[in-house]
Amino acid sequence: MLAVNYRGPYRIRMSEKPMPEILHPEDAIVRVTRSCICGSDLHLYHGFVPDTRVGSTFGHEFVGIVEEIGTLVTEVKVGDHVLVPFNIACGRCNFCKQGLFGNCHESNPMATAVGGIFGYSHTAGGFDGGQAEYVRVPYANVGPTVIPADMDPDDAVLLTDVVPTGYQAAEMAGIKQGDTVVVFGAGPIGIMAARCAWFFGPSRVIIIDHIDYRLEFAKNYAKCEAYNFKSMKDPVEFMKKTTDWYGADVCIDCVGCEAVGNTLQTVTGRALIQAGSATALQWAINSVKKGGIVSIVGVYGPPFNYVPIGNVLNKGITIRANQASVKRLLPKLIDHVQSGRLKPSELITHRIPLEEAADAYRIFSSKLDNCIKTVLIPSTK
Amino acid sequence: MKNNIDYKSIPGWGMDSDPENEPTYPMKNYTGDDHNRSNYERASQQPISVEILQSTERPKPPVVFGTSVPPKGLSGQIRRYAFQHSEDRYRHWIPLILADRINMVEGVIDDLKKGYIPNVFAERGWKAEMKYNPRGLAIKVLAMAAAGTLIWWSLKSKKSKGFFK
Repeated sequence: MLAVNYRGPYRIRMSEKPMPEILHPEDAIVRVTRSCICGSDLHLYHGFVPDTRVGSTFGHEFVGIVEEIGTLVTEVKVGDHVLVPFNIACGRCNFCKQGLFGNCHESNPMATAVGGIFGYSHTAGGFDGGQAEYVRVPYANVGPTVIPADMDPDDAVLLTDVVPTGYQAAEMAGIKQGDTVVVFGAGPIGIMAARCAWFFGPSRVIIIDHIDYRLEFAKNYAKCEAYNFKSMKDPVEFMKKTTDWYGADVCIDCVGCEAVGNTLQTVTGRALIQAGSATALQWAINSVKKGGIVSIVGVYGPPFNYVPIGNVLNKGITIRANQASVKRLLPKLIDHVQSGRLKPSELITHRIPLEEAADAYRIFSSKLDNCIKTVLIPSTK
Repeated sequence: MKNNIDYKSIPGWGMDSDPENEPTYPMKNYTGDDHNRSNYERASQQPISVEILQSTERPKPPVVFGTSVPPKGLSGQIRRYAFQHSEDRYRHWIPLILADRINMVEGVIDDLKKGYIPNVFAERGWKAEMKYNPRGLAIKVLAMAAAGTLIWWSLKSKKSKGFFK
Protein backbone atom coordinates (compact mmCIF):
# COMPACT_ATOMS: atom_id res chain seq x y z
CA MET A 1 0.00 0.00 0.00
CA LEU A 2 1.02 3.60 -0.53
CA ALA A 3 2.03 5.51 2.59
CA VAL A 4 3.86 8.62 3.71
CA ASN A 5 7.45 7.77 4.55
CA TYR A 6 9.35 10.27 6.71
CA ARG A 7 13.01 10.59 5.68
CA GLY A 8 14.20 13.37 8.02
CA PRO A 9 13.35 17.02 8.67
CA TYR A 10 11.42 18.56 5.74
CA ARG A 11 11.63 15.32 3.75
CA ILE A 12 8.59 13.20 2.93
CA ARG A 13 8.49 10.40 0.38
CA MET A 14 5.62 8.25 -0.78
CA SER A 15 6.51 4.55 -0.56
CA GLU A 16 4.96 1.16 -0.92
CA LYS A 17 4.74 -0.36 2.57
CA PRO A 18 3.37 -3.71 3.75
CA MET A 19 -0.35 -3.83 4.47
CA PRO A 20 -1.13 -3.40 8.17
CA GLU A 21 -2.21 -6.53 10.01
CA ILE A 22 -4.46 -7.34 12.93
CA LEU A 23 -2.03 -7.65 15.85
CA HIS A 24 -4.56 -7.79 18.68
CA PRO A 25 -8.11 -9.21 18.82
CA GLU A 26 -9.50 -5.70 19.36
CA ASP A 27 -7.78 -4.24 16.28
CA ALA A 28 -9.40 -3.16 13.05
CA ILE A 29 -7.90 -2.36 9.68
CA VAL A 30 -9.32 0.79 8.12
CA ARG A 31 -9.07 1.82 4.47
CA VAL A 32 -8.43 5.54 4.64
CA THR A 33 -10.73 7.76 2.62
CA ARG A 34 -9.42 11.09 3.88
CA SER A 35 -6.59 12.16 6.12
CA CYS A 36 -5.47 15.61 7.13
CA ILE A 37 -2.13 17.21 7.76
CA CYS A 38 -2.35 18.71 11.22
CA GLY A 39 -0.38 21.71 12.45
CA SER A 40 1.19 19.36 14.98
CA ASP A 41 2.34 17.11 12.12
CA LEU A 42 4.54 20.02 11.15
CA HIS A 43 6.44 19.64 14.44
CA LEU A 44 7.28 16.10 13.29
CA TYR A 45 8.02 17.26 9.75
CA HIS A 46 10.36 19.94 11.06
CA GLY A 47 12.18 17.43 13.28
CA PHE A 48 11.09 18.86 16.64
CA VAL A 49 9.63 15.73 18.21
CA PRO A 50 12.18 13.35 19.75
CA ASP A 51 12.18 9.72 18.58
CA THR A 52 10.67 10.42 15.18
CA ARG A 53 12.20 7.56 13.23
CA VAL A 54 13.00 7.52 9.53
CA GLY A 55 10.43 5.32 7.82
CA SER A 56 7.52 6.41 10.00
CA THR A 57 4.10 7.17 8.54
CA PHE A 58 2.42 10.26 9.96
CA GLY A 59 -1.26 11.10 10.19
CA HIS A 60 -3.57 11.20 13.20
CA GLU A 61 -6.62 12.80 11.58
CA PHE A 62 -8.38 10.35 9.30
CA VAL A 63 -11.65 8.69 8.36
CA GLY A 64 -12.13 5.49 6.42
CA ILE A 65 -13.96 2.26 5.78
CA VAL A 66 -13.51 -0.70 8.13
CA GLU A 67 -11.94 -3.45 6.03
CA GLU A 68 -11.15 -6.09 8.64
CA ILE A 69 -11.84 -6.58 12.34
CA GLY A 70 -10.28 -8.65 15.11
CA THR A 71 -12.16 -11.45 16.81
CA LEU A 72 -13.23 -9.32 19.78
CA VAL A 73 -14.44 -6.26 17.88
CA THR A 74 -18.17 -5.74 18.32
CA GLU A 75 -18.78 -2.01 18.05
CA VAL A 76 -17.95 -1.57 14.36
CA LYS A 77 -18.32 -3.94 11.43
CA VAL A 78 -16.68 -4.37 8.06
CA GLY A 79 -17.96 -1.72 5.68
CA ASP A 80 -18.68 0.94 8.32
CA HIS A 81 -17.44 4.42 7.43
CA VAL A 82 -15.80 5.59 10.63
CA LEU A 83 -14.05 8.62 12.02
CA VAL A 84 -11.13 7.68 14.22
CA PRO A 85 -10.14 9.89 17.18
CA PHE A 86 -6.46 10.74 17.17
CA ASN A 87 -6.04 9.31 20.69
CA ILE A 88 -5.58 5.56 21.00
CA ALA A 89 -7.58 4.70 24.12
CA CYS A 90 -8.35 1.39 25.81
CA GLY A 91 -11.56 2.53 27.54
CA ARG A 92 -10.68 0.45 30.59
CA CYS A 93 -7.85 2.16 32.48
CA ASN A 94 -8.64 4.63 35.23
CA PHE A 95 -7.89 7.57 32.98
CA CYS A 96 -10.19 6.43 30.17
CA LYS A 97 -12.93 5.57 32.65
CA GLN A 98 -12.82 9.15 33.91
CA GLY A 99 -13.15 10.58 30.42
CA LEU A 100 -9.46 11.31 29.94
CA PHE A 101 -9.24 9.42 26.66
CA GLY A 102 -6.22 11.50 25.68
CA ASN A 103 -4.30 10.09 28.62
CA CYS A 104 -4.82 6.35 28.20
CA HIS A 105 -2.30 4.28 30.14
CA GLU A 106 -2.46 1.24 27.88
CA SER A 107 -1.36 2.49 24.50
CA ASN A 108 2.17 3.81 24.74
CA PRO A 109 5.19 1.92 26.05
CA MET A 110 7.68 4.67 25.22
CA ALA A 111 6.38 7.46 27.44
CA THR A 112 4.05 7.73 30.39
CA ALA A 113 3.40 11.44 29.89
CA VAL A 114 1.41 10.95 26.69
CA GLY A 115 -1.02 8.32 25.51
CA GLY A 116 -0.77 6.60 22.15
CA ILE A 117 -1.41 8.76 19.10
CA PHE A 118 -1.59 7.56 15.51
CA GLY A 119 1.44 8.49 13.44
CA TYR A 120 3.01 10.74 16.00
CA SER A 121 6.52 9.40 16.60
CA HIS A 122 7.65 6.67 18.96
CA THR A 123 7.30 9.14 21.81
CA ALA A 124 3.56 8.66 21.24
CA GLY A 125 3.65 4.89 20.88
CA GLY A 126 5.27 4.12 17.52
CA PHE A 127 1.99 3.61 15.67
CA ASP A 128 1.83 4.15 11.94
CA GLY A 129 -0.60 6.88 10.98
CA GLY A 130 -3.40 7.46 8.54
CA GLN A 131 -1.53 9.26 5.77
CA ALA A 132 -1.63 5.98 3.94
CA GLU A 133 -4.11 3.82 2.10
CA TYR A 134 -4.67 1.56 5.12
CA VAL A 135 -4.05 1.82 8.84
CA ARG A 136 -4.20 -0.44 11.86
CA VAL A 137 -6.63 0.88 14.47
CA PRO A 138 -6.19 -0.62 17.96
CA TYR A 139 -9.06 -0.70 20.48
CA ALA A 140 -11.63 -0.64 17.70
CA ASN A 141 -14.47 -1.00 20.23
CA VAL A 142 -13.52 2.34 21.79
CA GLY A 143 -12.22 4.89 19.30
CA PRO A 144 -13.79 4.48 15.86
CA THR A 145 -17.20 6.10 15.57
CA VAL A 146 -19.57 5.46 12.69
CA ILE A 147 -20.05 8.65 10.69
CA PRO A 148 -23.71 9.65 10.68
CA ALA A 149 -25.28 9.07 7.28
CA ASP A 150 -26.07 12.73 6.73
CA MET A 151 -22.61 13.99 7.64
CA ASP A 152 -20.14 15.28 5.06
CA PRO A 153 -16.92 13.21 5.37
CA ASP A 154 -14.99 16.48 5.18
CA ASP A 155 -16.74 17.56 8.38
CA ALA A 156 -16.18 14.13 9.89
CA VAL A 157 -12.43 14.12 9.32
CA LEU A 158 -12.12 17.38 11.24
CA LEU A 159 -14.00 15.82 14.15
CA THR A 160 -11.02 13.52 14.74
CA ASP A 161 -8.87 16.34 16.13
CA VAL A 162 -9.36 19.95 14.99
CA VAL A 163 -12.87 20.46 16.31
CA PRO A 164 -12.45 18.58 19.63
CA THR A 165 -9.09 20.20 20.31
CA GLY A 166 -10.42 23.68 19.54
CA TYR A 167 -13.55 23.03 21.58
CA GLN A 168 -11.65 21.62 24.55
CA ALA A 169 -9.31 24.61 24.48
CA ALA A 170 -12.35 26.81 25.04
CA GLU A 171 -13.91 24.39 27.54
CA MET A 172 -10.75 24.21 29.64
CA ALA A 173 -10.62 27.98 29.68
CA GLY A 174 -13.65 28.10 31.99
CA ILE A 175 -15.16 30.98 30.01
CA LYS A 176 -17.89 32.91 31.80
CA GLN A 177 -20.60 34.94 30.11
CA GLY A 178 -19.22 38.36 29.30
CA ASP A 179 -15.57 37.28 29.39
CA THR A 180 -12.86 38.50 27.02
CA VAL A 181 -11.07 35.57 25.43
CA VAL A 182 -7.74 35.86 23.63
CA VAL A 183 -6.64 33.05 21.33
CA PHE A 184 -3.00 32.95 20.27
CA GLY A 185 -2.54 31.38 16.84
CA ALA A 186 -4.85 31.54 13.81
CA GLY A 187 -4.10 28.09 12.47
CA PRO A 188 -6.97 25.58 12.16
CA ILE A 189 -6.99 24.83 15.90
CA GLY A 190 -6.86 28.49 16.90
CA ILE A 191 -9.64 29.37 14.48
CA MET A 192 -11.77 26.52 15.84
CA ALA A 193 -11.00 27.50 19.45
CA ALA A 194 -12.10 31.07 18.69
CA ARG A 195 -15.30 29.82 17.06
CA CYS A 196 -16.05 27.37 19.88
CA ALA A 197 -15.35 29.98 22.56
CA TRP A 198 -18.69 31.60 21.65
CA PHE A 199 -20.52 28.48 22.86
CA PHE A 200 -19.54 29.50 26.39
CA GLY A 201 -20.91 33.02 26.20
CA PRO A 202 -18.03 35.53 26.14
CA SER A 203 -18.54 39.10 24.99
CA ARG A 204 -15.26 39.36 23.10
CA VAL A 205 -13.10 36.83 21.30
CA ILE A 206 -9.76 38.10 20.00
CA ILE A 207 -7.35 36.11 17.86
CA ILE A 208 -3.66 36.99 17.42
CA ASP A 209 -1.30 35.84 14.69
CA HIS A 210 1.14 37.29 12.17
CA ILE A 211 -0.32 35.89 8.95
CA ASP A 212 -2.82 38.31 7.46
CA TYR A 213 -4.76 35.87 5.27
CA ARG A 214 -5.34 33.59 8.25
CA LEU A 215 -6.47 36.51 10.41
CA GLU A 216 -8.92 37.55 7.70
CA PHE A 217 -10.24 33.98 7.52
CA ALA A 218 -10.51 33.75 11.31
CA LYS A 219 -12.38 37.03 11.52
CA ASN A 220 -15.00 35.78 9.08
CA TYR A 221 -15.23 32.15 10.19
CA ALA A 222 -15.01 32.63 13.94
CA LYS A 223 -16.75 36.02 14.05
CA CYS A 224 -13.95 37.35 16.22
CA GLU A 225 -11.60 40.32 16.36
CA ALA A 226 -8.32 39.56 14.64
CA TYR A 227 -5.00 41.33 15.08
CA ASN A 228 -1.55 40.96 13.60
CA PHE A 229 1.06 41.15 16.36
CA LYS A 230 3.61 42.41 13.86
CA SER A 231 1.64 45.65 13.70
CA MET A 232 1.93 46.07 17.48
CA LYS A 233 4.76 47.50 19.49
CA ASP A 234 4.17 44.83 22.10
CA PRO A 235 1.37 42.22 22.04
CA VAL A 236 1.11 42.00 25.82
CA GLU A 237 0.86 45.76 26.17
CA PHE A 238 -1.81 45.74 23.45
CA MET A 239 -3.82 43.11 25.33
CA LYS A 240 -3.66 45.11 28.52
CA LYS A 241 -4.72 48.28 26.75
CA THR A 242 -7.62 46.65 24.92
CA THR A 243 -8.95 45.24 28.21
CA ASP A 244 -8.92 48.57 30.07
CA TRP A 245 -5.43 47.77 31.37
CA TYR A 246 -6.83 44.78 33.23
CA GLY A 247 -5.80 41.73 31.22
CA ALA A 248 -7.88 39.19 29.35
CA ASP A 249 -10.10 36.91 31.43
CA VAL A 250 -8.86 33.93 29.51
CA CYS A 251 -5.92 33.26 27.18
CA ILE A 252 -5.67 30.19 24.95
CA ASP A 253 -2.38 28.98 23.47
CA CYS A 254 -3.06 27.29 20.14
CA VAL A 255 0.46 27.71 18.78
CA GLY A 256 2.83 25.42 20.62
CA CYS A 257 6.51 24.94 20.05
CA GLU A 258 7.15 26.81 16.81
CA ALA A 259 5.92 30.27 17.73
CA VAL A 260 7.56 33.37 16.33
CA GLY A 261 7.59 36.89 17.72
CA ASN A 262 10.27 36.71 20.39
CA THR A 263 13.85 36.45 19.18
CA LEU A 264 15.26 34.80 22.29
CA GLN A 265 12.50 32.20 22.32
CA THR A 266 12.90 31.56 18.59
CA VAL A 267 16.69 31.22 18.67
CA THR A 268 16.79 28.95 21.71
CA GLY A 269 13.88 26.95 20.34
CA ARG A 270 15.41 26.43 16.90
CA ALA A 271 18.71 25.46 18.50
CA LEU A 272 16.77 22.95 20.64
CA ILE A 273 18.19 24.56 23.77
CA GLN A 274 14.54 24.34 24.81
CA ALA A 275 11.71 22.24 23.37
CA GLY A 276 10.84 24.77 20.68
CA SER A 277 9.80 28.35 21.16
CA ALA A 278 7.26 29.12 23.90
CA THR A 279 6.47 32.67 22.81
CA ALA A 280 2.70 32.18 22.65
CA LEU A 281 2.61 30.67 26.12
CA GLN A 282 4.75 33.48 27.48
CA TRP A 283 2.38 36.05 25.96
CA ALA A 284 -0.66 34.15 27.27
CA ILE A 285 0.68 34.14 30.82
CA ASN A 286 1.59 37.79 30.67
CA SER A 287 -1.63 38.92 28.94
CA VAL A 288 -4.16 37.22 31.18
CA LYS A 289 -5.65 39.03 34.18
CA LYS A 290 -4.65 38.24 37.74
CA GLY A 291 -6.54 35.11 38.73
CA GLY A 292 -7.17 34.39 35.06
CA ILE A 293 -6.99 31.11 33.21
CA VAL A 294 -4.52 30.02 30.56
CA SER A 295 -5.61 27.07 28.45
CA ILE A 296 -2.95 25.24 26.45
CA VAL A 297 -3.57 22.98 23.47
CA GLY A 298 -0.52 24.01 21.46
CA VAL A 299 1.93 21.12 21.30
CA TYR A 300 5.29 21.33 23.05
CA GLY A 301 8.11 18.83 23.11
CA PRO A 302 8.63 16.76 26.23
CA PRO A 303 11.89 18.09 27.69
CA PHE A 304 11.41 21.68 28.92
CA ASN A 305 10.52 25.25 27.96
CA TYR A 306 11.31 28.73 29.21
CA VAL A 307 8.08 30.22 30.53
CA PRO A 308 7.54 32.98 33.12
CA ILE A 309 6.41 30.64 35.86
CA GLY A 310 7.08 33.35 38.45
CA ASN A 311 4.28 35.39 36.92
CA VAL A 312 1.98 32.37 37.09
CA LEU A 313 2.56 32.38 40.83
CA ASN A 314 2.43 36.11 41.37
CA LYS A 315 -0.74 36.56 39.29
CA GLY A 316 -2.48 33.48 40.67
CA ILE A 317 -3.03 32.08 37.21
CA THR A 318 -4.62 28.72 36.65
CA ILE A 319 -3.15 26.73 33.79
CA ARG A 320 -5.25 24.01 32.21
CA ALA A 321 -3.95 21.84 29.44
CA ASN A 322 -4.46 18.45 27.87
CA GLN A 323 -4.61 16.52 24.67
CA ALA A 324 -8.23 16.65 23.57
CA SER A 325 -10.42 13.87 24.85
CA VAL A 326 -12.01 13.28 21.47
CA LYS A 327 -14.31 10.43 22.42
CA ARG A 328 -15.73 12.33 25.40
CA LEU A 329 -16.57 15.33 23.24
CA LEU A 330 -17.82 13.61 20.09
CA PRO A 331 -21.56 13.37 20.96
CA LYS A 332 -21.77 17.10 21.67
CA LEU A 333 -19.66 18.08 18.68
CA ILE A 334 -21.51 15.83 16.26
CA ASP A 335 -24.66 17.61 17.43
CA HIS A 336 -23.10 21.02 16.82
CA VAL A 337 -22.14 19.94 13.29
CA GLN A 338 -25.42 18.26 12.44
CA SER A 339 -27.39 21.25 13.71
CA GLY A 340 -25.38 23.54 11.44
CA ARG A 341 -23.89 25.57 14.26
CA LEU A 342 -20.42 24.40 13.23
CA LYS A 343 -19.26 23.80 9.68
CA PRO A 344 -15.68 22.52 10.11
CA SER A 345 -15.13 21.64 6.45
CA GLU A 346 -15.06 25.35 5.62
CA LEU A 347 -11.52 25.29 7.02
CA ILE A 348 -10.36 22.98 4.23
CA THR A 349 -8.60 24.96 1.55
CA HIS A 350 -6.63 22.18 -0.17
CA ARG A 351 -7.63 18.67 -1.23
CA ILE A 352 -4.54 16.93 -2.53
CA PRO A 353 -3.95 13.34 -3.73
CA LEU A 354 -2.08 11.25 -1.17
CA GLU A 355 0.61 10.65 -3.81
CA GLU A 356 1.51 14.35 -3.59
CA ALA A 357 1.92 14.42 0.19
CA ALA A 358 5.41 15.94 -0.02
CA ASP A 359 4.01 18.95 -1.86
CA ALA A 360 1.05 19.08 0.52
CA TYR A 361 3.39 19.26 3.51
CA ARG A 362 5.35 22.04 1.84
CA ILE A 363 2.18 24.00 1.05
CA PHE A 364 0.96 23.73 4.65
CA SER A 365 4.36 24.27 6.24
CA SER A 366 5.27 27.32 4.17
CA LYS A 367 1.68 28.63 4.21
CA LEU A 368 1.60 28.76 0.43
CA ASP A 369 -1.51 29.53 -1.61
CA ASN A 370 -3.36 30.91 1.45
CA CYS A 371 -3.48 27.42 2.94
CA ILE A 372 -5.54 26.88 6.08
CA LYS A 373 -6.14 23.12 6.11
CA THR A 374 -4.96 20.35 3.82
CA VAL A 375 -6.69 17.03 3.23
CA LEU A 376 -4.96 14.09 1.56
CA ILE A 377 -7.14 11.79 -0.49
CA PRO A 378 -5.92 8.29 -1.40
CA SER A 379 -6.68 7.26 -4.95
CA THR A 380 -8.24 3.99 -3.73
CA LYS A 381 -11.18 5.98 -2.37
CA MET B 1 -9.33 44.10 12.74
CA LYS B 2 -12.36 44.93 14.82
CA ASN B 3 -15.44 42.83 14.19
CA ASN B 4 -18.60 44.80 14.81
CA ILE B 5 -21.02 41.96 15.27
CA ASP B 6 -23.83 41.33 17.69
CA TYR B 7 -22.10 38.42 19.35
CA LYS B 8 -25.29 37.11 20.91
CA SER B 9 -26.57 36.42 17.39
CA ILE B 10 -23.74 33.92 16.70
CA PRO B 11 -25.31 30.44 16.41
CA GLY B 12 -24.84 28.60 19.67
CA TRP B 13 -23.70 31.63 21.67
CA GLY B 14 -23.60 30.74 25.36
CA MET B 15 -25.44 27.43 24.97
CA ASP B 16 -22.61 25.35 26.50
CA SER B 17 -21.86 27.83 29.24
CA ASP B 18 -21.31 26.00 32.52
CA PRO B 19 -21.11 28.15 35.63
CA GLU B 20 -19.60 25.17 37.45
CA ASN B 21 -16.65 25.03 35.08
CA GLU B 22 -14.36 26.84 37.45
CA PRO B 23 -10.67 26.09 37.10
CA THR B 24 -10.91 23.97 40.18
CA TYR B 25 -13.77 21.95 38.72
CA PRO B 26 -12.16 18.88 37.27
CA MET B 27 -12.37 18.23 33.58
CA LYS B 28 -12.47 14.55 34.30
CA ASN B 29 -15.45 12.64 35.55
CA TYR B 30 -13.86 11.78 38.88
CA THR B 31 -14.74 8.30 40.03
CA GLY B 32 -12.22 7.66 42.79
CA ASP B 33 -10.66 4.91 40.72
CA ASP B 34 -7.33 6.72 40.83
CA HIS B 35 -6.86 5.25 44.28
CA ASN B 36 -7.06 1.76 42.83
CA ARG B 37 -3.91 2.67 40.93
CA SER B 38 -3.14 0.16 38.22
CA ASN B 39 -5.65 -2.43 39.39
CA TYR B 40 -8.06 -2.18 36.51
CA GLU B 41 -9.21 -4.75 34.00
CA ARG B 42 -6.79 -4.98 31.09
CA ALA B 43 -7.38 -6.50 27.71
CA SER B 44 -5.12 -9.35 26.61
CA GLN B 45 -1.55 -8.38 25.82
CA GLN B 46 -0.58 -7.72 22.19
CA PRO B 47 2.16 -10.22 21.35
CA ILE B 48 5.57 -8.58 21.43
CA SER B 49 6.86 -9.40 17.96
CA VAL B 50 9.40 -6.60 17.53
CA GLU B 51 11.82 -4.84 19.85
CA ILE B 52 9.91 -2.27 21.86
CA LEU B 53 11.79 0.30 23.89
CA GLN B 54 9.94 0.93 27.08
CA SER B 55 9.89 3.86 29.45
CA THR B 56 11.56 3.13 32.78
CA GLU B 57 8.54 4.76 34.39
CA ARG B 58 6.30 1.76 33.82
CA PRO B 59 6.78 -1.85 34.92
CA LYS B 60 5.30 -3.64 31.91
CA PRO B 61 4.30 -2.78 28.37
CA PRO B 62 0.83 -1.44 27.69
CA VAL B 63 -1.75 -3.72 26.12
CA VAL B 64 -1.14 -2.35 22.63
CA PHE B 65 1.74 -0.55 21.01
CA GLY B 66 2.97 0.43 17.57
CA THR B 67 5.32 -1.88 15.73
CA SER B 68 6.63 0.52 13.11
CA VAL B 69 10.37 1.03 12.62
CA PRO B 70 12.03 -0.97 15.41
CA PRO B 71 15.40 0.43 16.55
CA LYS B 72 18.41 -0.61 14.51
CA GLY B 73 21.90 0.55 13.61
CA LEU B 74 23.80 3.25 15.45
CA SER B 75 20.64 5.27 16.00
CA GLY B 76 19.05 2.18 17.55
CA GLN B 77 21.97 1.78 19.94
CA ILE B 78 21.58 5.40 21.02
CA ARG B 79 17.84 4.97 21.48
CA ARG B 80 18.46 1.88 23.65
CA TYR B 81 20.79 3.99 25.80
CA ALA B 82 18.18 6.75 26.03
CA PHE B 83 15.55 4.31 27.27
CA GLN B 84 17.76 3.35 30.21
CA HIS B 85 16.87 6.74 31.67
CA SER B 86 13.56 8.11 32.81
CA GLU B 87 11.48 10.63 30.92
CA ASP B 88 12.60 13.18 33.50
CA ARG B 89 16.23 13.12 32.39
CA TYR B 90 17.97 15.10 29.66
CA ARG B 91 19.97 11.94 29.04
CA HIS B 92 16.74 10.41 27.80
CA TRP B 93 15.65 13.16 25.41
CA ILE B 94 18.91 14.58 24.08
CA PRO B 95 20.17 11.16 22.86
CA LEU B 96 16.80 10.58 21.17
CA ILE B 97 17.16 13.83 19.24
CA LEU B 98 20.73 12.87 18.33
CA ALA B 99 19.53 9.43 17.23
CA ASP B 100 16.91 11.06 14.98
CA ARG B 101 19.60 13.03 13.17
CA ILE B 102 21.86 10.00 12.79
CA ASN B 103 18.86 8.00 11.61
CA MET B 104 18.37 10.52 8.81
CA VAL B 105 21.91 9.80 7.54
CA GLU B 106 21.32 6.05 7.96
CA GLY B 107 18.23 6.46 5.80
CA VAL B 108 20.27 8.00 2.99
CA ILE B 109 22.91 5.25 3.28
CA ASP B 110 20.17 2.60 3.16
CA ASP B 111 18.73 4.20 0.03
CA LEU B 112 22.12 4.28 -1.68
CA LYS B 113 22.79 0.64 -0.71
CA LYS B 114 19.54 -0.27 -2.47
CA GLY B 115 20.66 1.72 -5.50
CA TYR B 116 18.07 4.41 -4.87
CA ILE B 117 19.14 8.03 -5.05
CA PRO B 118 16.75 10.13 -2.97
CA ASN B 119 15.02 12.86 -4.92
CA VAL B 120 15.50 15.48 -2.25
CA PHE B 121 13.82 18.18 -4.32
CA ALA B 122 10.63 16.13 -4.62
CA GLU B 123 10.81 15.02 -0.98
CA ARG B 124 11.09 18.61 0.18
CA GLY B 125 8.06 19.60 -1.91
CA TRP B 126 9.90 22.09 -4.03
CA LYS B 127 7.44 21.54 -6.88
CA ALA B 128 4.81 23.23 -4.72
CA GLU B 129 7.29 25.94 -3.79
CA MET B 130 8.00 26.51 -7.49
CA LYS B 131 4.30 26.74 -8.27
CA TYR B 132 3.22 29.02 -5.44
CA ASN B 133 6.38 30.80 -4.37
CA PRO B 134 8.82 30.90 -7.32
CA ARG B 135 10.47 34.12 -6.14
CA GLY B 136 11.04 32.78 -2.64
CA LEU B 137 12.42 29.55 -4.04
CA ALA B 138 14.77 31.42 -6.38
CA ILE B 139 16.06 33.49 -3.46
CA LYS B 140 16.53 30.33 -1.40
CA VAL B 141 18.44 28.58 -4.20
CA LEU B 142 20.60 31.63 -4.84
CA ALA B 143 21.36 31.99 -1.13
CA MET B 144 22.33 28.32 -0.91
CA ALA B 145 24.49 28.63 -4.03
CA ALA B 146 26.17 31.74 -2.64
CA ALA B 147 26.82 30.05 0.71
CA GLY B 148 28.20 26.98 -1.04
CA THR B 149 30.48 29.09 -3.22
CA LEU B 150 31.68 31.03 -0.19
CA ILE B 151 32.53 27.86 1.72
CA TRP B 152 34.28 26.35 -1.34
CA TRP B 153 36.24 29.56 -1.94
CA SER B 154 37.16 29.80 1.73
CA LEU B 155 38.40 26.19 1.87
CA LYS B 156 40.32 26.62 -1.37
CA SER B 157 41.91 29.82 -0.12
CA LYS B 158 42.96 28.23 3.21
CA LYS B 159 44.31 25.18 1.40
CA SER B 160 46.48 27.29 -0.88
CA LYS B 161 47.91 28.95 2.26
CA GLY B 162 48.87 25.54 3.57
CA PHE B 163 46.43 25.33 6.47
CA PHE B 164 45.46 21.81 5.46
CA LYS B 165 48.96 20.51 4.83
